[in-house]
Amino acid sequence: MSTLFSFLFQFGDAFAFLVIASMGLAIIFGMMGVINLAHGEFIMCGAYTTVSLAQLGLPLPLAILGGSITAGLIGMVLERTIIRHLYHRPLDSIVATWGATQGVLIVLGSTMQGVGTPLGSFTVGGFSYSTYRVVLMGIAVLLLVSLYLFFYHTRAGVIARATIQLPRMARATGVDTGKVYTLTFGLGAALAGLAGGLYAPTMTLVPTMGATFMVESFVTVVIGGGDIFLGAAPAAAILAVIRSGMTAWQGQLFGQIGLLITVIIVIRLLPGGLSGWILGGRK
Amino acid sequence: MSDMLKVTDLRAGYGGEPVLQGVSLRVGKGEIVAVIGRNGVGKSTLMRTLIGLLPVGAGQIEFAGREVNKVTAQARARMGIGYIPQGRDVFPRLTVRENLLVGETARRGGTPDYDKVYEFFPILKERARQAAGTLSGGQQQQLAIGRAMVGGPDLMLLDEPSEGIQPSIVKDIARNIKRLNAEGFVIDKGRIIAEVGPEDIKDREKVKKWLAL
Repeated sequence: MSTLFSFLFQFGDAFAFLVIASMGLAIIFGMMGVINLAHGEFIMCGAYTTVSLAQLGLPLPLAILGGSITAGLIGMVLERTIIRHLYHRPLDSIVATWGATQGVLIVLGSTMQGVGTPLGSFTVGGFSYSTYRVVLMGIAVLLLVSLYLFFYHTRAGVIARATIQLPRMARATGVDTGKVYTLTFGLGAALAGLAGGLYAPTMTLVPTMGATFMVESFVTVVIGGGDIFLGAAPAAAILAVIRSGMTAWQGQLFGQIGLLITVIIVIRLLPGGLSGWILGGRK
Repeated sequence: MSDMLKVTDLRAGYGGEPVLQGVSLRVGKGEIVAVIGRNGVGKSTLMRTLIGLLPVGAGQIEFAGREVNKVTAQARARMGIGYIPQGRDVFPRLTVRENLLVGETARRGGTPDYDKVYEFFPILKERARQAAGTLSGGQQQQLAIGRAMVGGPDLMLLDEPSEGIQPSIVKDIARNIKRLNAEGFVIDKGRIIAEVGPEDIKDREKVKKWLAL
């Protein structure tokens, strides 16, 4: 019983991390085809802002929201000024987003005291678990549900999907596609900032902390492919099973190795990712 | 005489490749005007330039009394130009209903008349929740017209509305488009070579000459 709970907790924790860390990247890649190497820096930006605001005395949830909004705004400015000019040059957009990361590292360049994990812990079968991590699992699910409702049940979400499918036709029906791209990039950046804010209380902030998230989020998006709901979400679930399973069996390092091996196998067999395979199979 | 659309000596094309070499035409309010001509003479290029997906090289496009040469496609759509492209271009992974919802973007206020759209094309109501990419060609054509209709346009540009569609549905669509006398322009090698009335179009010999069949 306690072993089962332990495994479920490990799985839920890994799933929550993969979902929260990768959603921003998945939206920007899936909706705009831009591989955003600045993803980790948006995460870091969200984390630093969150901790700064919390140290100023703001309640943690508000501080996290502030971190997310800050990252989102920076994302929109970056899209307007740089990314926008590179939509027809995917490789250049990669270099540009990477360049942005180096700029941020130079500006920030310092380590920051964390705020400590809130909410304490609870005990099941002699093992102690962090309550905050259970909250994160709930947030991950809530995030997926909200994004689904947004993209499938609001006018703005439907227009965003239309723009992604046929940008020229969307323009010819009156859609301001430039605005859609700016807002989509902003949403992706805000989700990355949210990831940083949510995980800030669980780690020490260093300027290179984005890298911690990068491997996991890229692995999830590569395996998932372009569609968030048919791709990234199931990919996060599968990867969470692999990682928590490997970790329980052989430890943390093997969890990471398991992820990377999965990626190599999936790229070889399904170059379009899970969603590419599912959608391709339906045609 | 108020012209809805007035095109004067329009030149346009792809990159450095000129396709339209001085096209002039007028469309009055409530008029149906057909542009006919062989493949590759510039009919689709004309349509794309009119909606703003291709830039104007030279000449002038006036819509509702305003020059729109530099106006973006999305702004032209919001001014009241509906565009139904060749190949329909319905949003394939959106449902029929969602496609129509996107069409509402072009509206300048008021609520769209869905009853009218569904009366014209009952299939769109039946298939409301189906992905547009899974519809037949004729159904997609009806959806593309419906999508333009909910935008409340003053002018509709239909590019090859009957291409690849079974004759029974073509008749159906034509009946819905036909309201007033048809008038025609014949385009050849990027120029308008003849302006013809409805009675000329019935004259098989003349039509054969223009289209060089």
